[in-house]
Amino acid sequence: MTTIIKNTPTDLFLDNIPQGASEGVFNQLKTTAVQKLRETGLPKAKDEEYKYTPISRRIESSISNFQHAAPVEITQEQIAKEIIPGMDAEVLVFNNGHFDAQRSRWDKDAIQVALLSEASEEALAKGFGSIAKIDKDPFTALNTASFEDGVFIDIPQGKTLKKPILLLSFNQSSVGQTVFSRVFINIEKHSEITFIEKIISLDEEVYFLNDVTEISVAENAHLYYYKLQQENRNSIEVSNFETDIHQNGTFSSGVVSLSGGMIRNNLSLNLLGSNCEGNMYGLYLLNGKTHVDNHTNVDHILPHSESNELYKGILADNSRGVFNGKIFVRQEAQKTNAFQQNNNILLSEDAILNTKPQLEIWADDVKCSHGCTAGQMDDEALFYLQARGIGKEMAKGLLLFAFAEEVLSHIKNEEFRSYCSQQVQERLGSGF
Amino acid sequence: MLSIKNLHASVEGTAILKGVDLEVKAGEIHAIMGPNGSGKSTLASVLAGREEYEVTEGSVTFKGVDLLELSPEDRAREGVFLAFQYPVEIPGVSSTNFLRTAVNQVREYRGQAPLDAVKFLSLMKEKMKLVEIDQKLLSRSLNEGFSGGEKKRNEIFQLAMLEPKLAILDETDSGLDIDALRVVANGVNQLRTPENATIVVTHYQRLLDYIIPDFVHVIYEGRIVKSGSKELAMELEEKGYDWIKEEIENPA
Repeated sequence: MTTIIKNTPTDLFLDNIPQGASEGVFNQLKTTAVQKLRETGLPKAKDEEYKYTPISRRIESSISNFQHAAPVEITQEQIAKEIIPGMDAEVLVFNNGHFDAQRSRWDKDAIQVALLSEASEEALAKGFGSIAKIDKDPFTALNTASFEDGVFIDIPQGKTLKKPILLLSFNQSSVGQTVFSRVFINIEKHSEITFIEKIISLDEEVYFLNDVTEISVAENAHLYYYKLQQENRNSIEVSNFETDIHQNGTFSSGVVSLSGGMIRNNLSLNLLGSNCEGNMYGLYLLNGKTHVDNHTNVDHILPHSESNELYKGILADNSRGVFNGKIFVRQEAQKTNAFQQNNNILLSEDAILNTKPQLEIWADDVKCSHGCTAGQMDDEALFYLQARGIGKEMAKGLLLFAFAEEVLSHIKNEEFRSYCSQQVQERLGSGF
Repeated sequence: MLSIKNLHASVEGTAILKGVDLEVKAGEIHAIMGPNGSGKSTLASVLAGREEYEVTEGSVTFKGVDLLELSPEDRAREGVFLAFQYPVEIPGVSSTNFLRTAVNQVREYRGQAPLDAVKFLSLMKEKMKLVEIDQKLLSRSLNEGFSGGEKKRNEIFQLAMLEPKLAILDETDSGLDIDALRVVANGVNQLRTPENATIVVTHYQRLLDYIIPDFVHVIYEGRIVKSGSKELAMELEEKGYDWIKEEIENPA
């Protein structure tokens, strides 16, 4: 009799790290990541941080080929179709995580875009591999151990860039492979920039996207980062997004999740200086069996910083939404203002929501508040609209749109805001 | 226009209306008065189609149509308008967008072409003057942060915009000071035509100084127990409701 020892996904990922990837400039970092991954493995079912999102189980049942997804054929038309209407942007194209410089276009005088493998040691020392911490999340370790290359974007000092940078991430795998995407953004002092990231599935087949984005926002710099997730119903994504914000720096994010299989967004803000501002907005419209989990983390280190957070969700069918918002206010961080809100409307009895605010406050002179709600559609409001002659379905659409619009109203980039608005309206108009 | 016969309605199993009969003809103003808990507001809600109320007996026809068979929106489109006692605040829905949707949904039902933005805005301007409502209020979210008086004024503004056949004012006077009351009443009076009718539901006679009713009905324990002319309202103001209760409970 032979016993078959089944390899865990962690083993299989480790076995399939491309040869050569662990050599060169990333050698030490990757060695540490592999070690960490061997020790901890991917999250287990009982892991507190992942208990509502069985991502490892999903990977195990969906991913059959642990080799990395190679670039696929992408046409110019496919790229053109994904550009936000009316938006004049620098466009960076990622093909299964591989940066496609030829299909990308950017103002080389204003910003520097390079492969990580080609970036200088000095540039990488500004936070690459240290902002997104290997020991914080197993998927950061997995990405660090596995990525072949990535992109470094540098915004030089004192530049206010009118044009946003549009990151188009195309994903497709016919055999259920993994896409490793790695981006490091460095924004120098007194600069201002907007990023818009679109995650796109090219077909309906399963893939696992494991992306890590780490960002350094220097003193007096301002970053707006928006992300739109419109993925196929079989996809899996774990996104680790971590930002260091230095004195007087500001950051605003907007994460709009409209479709996907199972998505986990880990978003971390480290407010390292005083007078920092961090805003996090999120909207998720879930139907079918879509599962979206937003874990956010804001860390107030020094006095006089502010964070605002508003995540809202509408859940239909058998979908599941998870929200976990951590706020840390360190002992030194007096005069902190930190606000957090998570509101949800459940349209179906079969939809599930898990929401949890988590505040840890060591300073004693702070203003912090949090609140979460989950409810049905407001029947009184619905009746009021109907009593004025507005049909029930349209009235529902109006109310849901108003609910969602509150999040979208915080998106500063007009073209992206109206694009999202339109996508949301279409969804609500088609019976959700 | 409106014919209510032996109307019984209950909420969560408790009977509230126990046989209301009422006939309203075009051009008439009817006041429905009564002590707290007598069923005044329930009657208004049942007519508008609020779902929590279950009609257990009786009939309501409106211009020959069985009103009880219609959804709330179709009742509105047929020309029934309920001015809410407590107008709902709806954050994120602009008053203008809401009204334009409502007006055009009603027009569509009646087979009329939708109003374009220009025509809609000029209609709005015209009606705003009529009810003396501030443009600033209408650029905000529907009723959000409005004072009690502003909400009621907005109800009458919506009434003016939708031009219903039958307006039901549910305690529109509650929470209004005398100036606001005058403005609201003035709006209602100006909108009066020989073709439409109004039902004023109120606890006090005060509003009826400004909106002069043709008929006054007293509702008590779910039935109309007394009907008369506007003098009946004066009498109620003077003597309260106890003498009516007395009359009902101890008939001579």
